[in-house]
Amino acid sequence: MAQDGNSGRELAAADQSDHGQERVGSPGTAVVTSDRVTDPGLPEHRKRVTDLDPKKNKRAERVVYTLFYLSIAGSVFAIAAYMAWPINPEDLMSVRANNLFIGLGLTLALMGIGIGAVHWGKALMADHEGVDLRHPVRGTDATRERAVEIFAEANEESGFGRRALIRNSLIGALIAFPLPAVVLFRGLAPEGENPVDLLNETAWEKGTRLARDPSGQPIKASEVTLGSVFHVIPEGLGDMPHMLEEKAKAIVLLMRLKPEDLVELPERKNWSYDGIVAYSKVCTHVGCPVALYEQQTHHLLCPCHQSQFDVTNHCAVIFGPAARPLPQLPIAIDDEGYLIAQSDFHEPVGPSFWERH
Amino acid sequence: MAKKSGGLTAGAANYLDERTSISAVVKEFGRKIFPDHWSFLLGEVALYSFVVILLSGSFLTFFFQASMAEVHYDGSYVPLKGVAMSAAMSSTLDISFDIRGGLLMRQVHHWAALLFVASIGLHMLRIFFTGAFRKPRELNWVIGFVLFILAMAEGFTGYSLPDDLLSGNGLRIIDGMIKGFPIVGTWISFLLFGGEFPGTDIVGRLYTLHILLLPALVVAFIALHLVFVVVHKHTQFPGAGRTQQNVVGYPVLPVYAAKAGGFFFIVFGVIMLMATFFTINPIWNYGPYDPSPVSAGTQPDWYIGFADGALRLVPPHLEFMLFDHTFSFNILIPVGILGLFILTVLIYPFIEAWVTGDKREHHILDRPRNAPTRTAIGAAGVTFYAALWAAASSDIIATHFMVTMEGVIHTLQFCLIVGPFIAYFITKRICLGLQKKDREIVLHGFESGRIVRLPGGEYIEVHEPVDEYERWELVSYEDYKPLMIRPNSRGKITTTQRVRGSLSRWFFEDRIAPTTKNEIERSHGDH
Ligand code: FES
Repeated sequence: MAQDGNSGRELAAADQSDHGQERVGSPGTAVVTSDRVTDPGLPEHRKRVTDLDPKKNKRAERVVYTLFYLSIAGSVFAIAAYMAWPINPEDLMSVRANNLFIGLGLTLALMGIGIGAVHWGKALMADHEGVDLRHPVRGTDATRERAVEIFAEANEESGFGRRALIRNSLIGALIAFPLPAVVLFRGLAPEGENPVDLLNETAWEKGTRLARDPSGQPIKASEVTLGSVFHVIPEGLGDMPHMLEEKAKAIVLLMRLKPEDLVELPERKNWSYDGIVAYSKVCTHVGCPVALYEQQTHHLLCPCHQSQFDVTNHCAVIFGPAARPLPQLPIAIDDEGYLIAQSDFHEPVGPSFWERH
Repeated sequence: MAKKSGGLTAGAANYLDERTSISAVVKEFGRKIFPDHWSFLLGEVALYSFVVILLSGSFLTFFFQASMAEVHYDGSYVPLKGVAMSAAMSSTLDISFDIRGGLLMRQVHHWAALLFVASIGLHMLRIFFTGAFRKPRELNWVIGFVLFILAMAEGFTGYSLPDDLLSGNGLRIIDGMIKGFPIVGTWISFLLFGGEFPGTDIVGRLYTLHILLLPALVVAFIALHLVFVVVHKHTQFPGAGRTQQNVVGYPVLPVYAAKAGGFFFIVFGVIMLMATFFTINPIWNYGPYDPSPVSAGTQPDWYIGFADGALRLVPPHLEFMLFDHTFSFNILIPVGILGLFILTVLIYPFIEAWVTGDKREHHILDRPRNAPTRTAIGAAGVTFYAALWAAASSDIIATHFMVTMEGVIHTLQFCLIVGPFIAYFITKRICLGLQKKDREIVLHGFESGRIVRLPGGEYIEVHEPVDEYERWELVSYEDYKPLMIRPNSRGKITTTQRVRGSLSRWFFEDRIAPTTKNEIERSHGDH
């Protein structure tokens, strides 16, 4: 039998209720047996060293208030650090010092309170365990009956069940009234634009020069040496009104391979220039920039989910979750020797979408 | 007492009570009992880190500008001086480099957010493996689960706000995934971004979600969650004197309040310490968002990893043209599998309740070994999640261990499919083994480590009997038998019955019954 001066009465009550009995509801497939080992009841309360030894008790008290004082010191230090280690725009290290010393002060302030309070609770506050009795979560039968009655009365008084026309029309109205909110959300994107049209075109046009990303310098075919790779944007991109949106679609990779390494479809024979090929840099999986080029294998690797594309074979997918080859940009050179686009891409770039065909 | 002291405190208390009836609240809750166990602290960590998130986040809102308007950076961080970027990025840099303590608060906010999601996850594991989700707490499991999803949404929206290279790339991935959805995808992406990706609206919109809508929901659900904790009273681990009808522990005032209150400051302190010493999300290294630069080896925050991993593990070429439309199964399958996984976790309590048919309230927790099948299912789920999560770092694994990308992906695909089964069987064996061991200890005592030599010359180890308190912990668990399928009143065995029967067999076929009084008595006779 448990000994507990604090709440002995409750404990006695708890011990009478044998484990497993008095529980409402079906046990289902649980095995209920009378052959269970009996619960010995709460073990005897053990005293802590701080209860037995006044010296230890005093010591614990000292520890607790010292921690609280340390916390005050930490707060003061944090304020002082705010002033003593200001940020000096000339010196990046000052940011680090500012962060470090304010942080240390605050850490001390917080930890002092935290550890102090927990220690106080553990070592000094009365540690007698208490016992609360549980009651079934469900309301008592009387309460439930009354609840049912209330609903019945309300139903009777309002005629909610009886007056079917009123009820049903109300339900209809309640369903209809939020619908206007749905159309309001059309305003989230500009009107008069269709995403499908937008996805089908990029900033590339016939004659647009290929320029370096990000400088915007046009590229001469002669500069593209064997094995090199250029990150390319259309010339004049920087001045376009929706620069980032255009860039997100128009980025291109330019590589020069040995012409004999390229396996080219007959209809795309003239899309390259002397072994120089241009492909969309937007991954056909979910749209990351595909920009890791392995010179040896002529593979492009997408850093996001590791799809790999074979440049020698029209950027066909050779590994990873992407399904479609990277779209090719047909290129040529102008009279000054600069690389230009023959046209826009012949298919939408980037991730697949429903209306794509 | 109050009458006698009659001082300021008593006066104030009286003033308040006459206007609020607060004494009733104190009477009701002041000495409410809370049981003590370290694993009960996980939920507290989640709660407290959320408070820290609210505090540090409010500070950040005073400085952050949720705008994608283009500015030229003109702050203290020299390498980015003059670079074109959004006001969001620029103000985040200002918080980091020009406001004293700003970087600290940013890092507190980010670390607290990581801790928030992590502690919710661990808390859920604790609930799962101890069976705390059983009646009457099934709905609170659902509420907690919603909180987990909300926490991830909060994390992702927050991660996207600075408009740096990484967060922009994360949004790009979201955009691509949304576009992969049949019929509505293209339009949802178009509306979400206010036009084409990236547009100039998304940061402002995510900001509204991040600081208004989602936190309001989180607060509401936390409140609901805690109301139910009070209504149900906390569960307790098995132990002598702890029954289904009582709760043994410490009263709110003073001990529990001191410990829990102190613990809040400790959690806050630990977060502060991390923010002091460990840089998190150094956006200045990434630079502003630009659709073009490469970012190899970059990672989403850890809790998004499992989704990212799912995208990586899908087999190639799963996209088809049908009826003039594109079906992106390379996106739909991972999303579908994640959805299914999440749904299973969500409804697990109801499945188990249906299988056992147990309609009683359960306030005593299971030791995981005493519910071997559940524990094994949990281990399988954890393995599945871990494989997805590891896949999010597949490139790092490949470069770090100098193995091929293909090798890593194929290994992880194997782990994803076969791993859960292996984990299931191993865990179940371990649980049953531990149960057998418990039984052994109850019947024959534990090995004392003391070897004695018998007169005959042989050596034996002395077994000491366990005391009755320890014994109670070992034997007091719920035990279920497989369901016997019986025909219903019309003499028919329904399909539901059959399914329930086979699930029940799967759950409880291998069972080790708790040692009974009789068995103990008999074993004493043997000695
Ligand atoms: S975005 Fe390129 S593999 Fe996913």
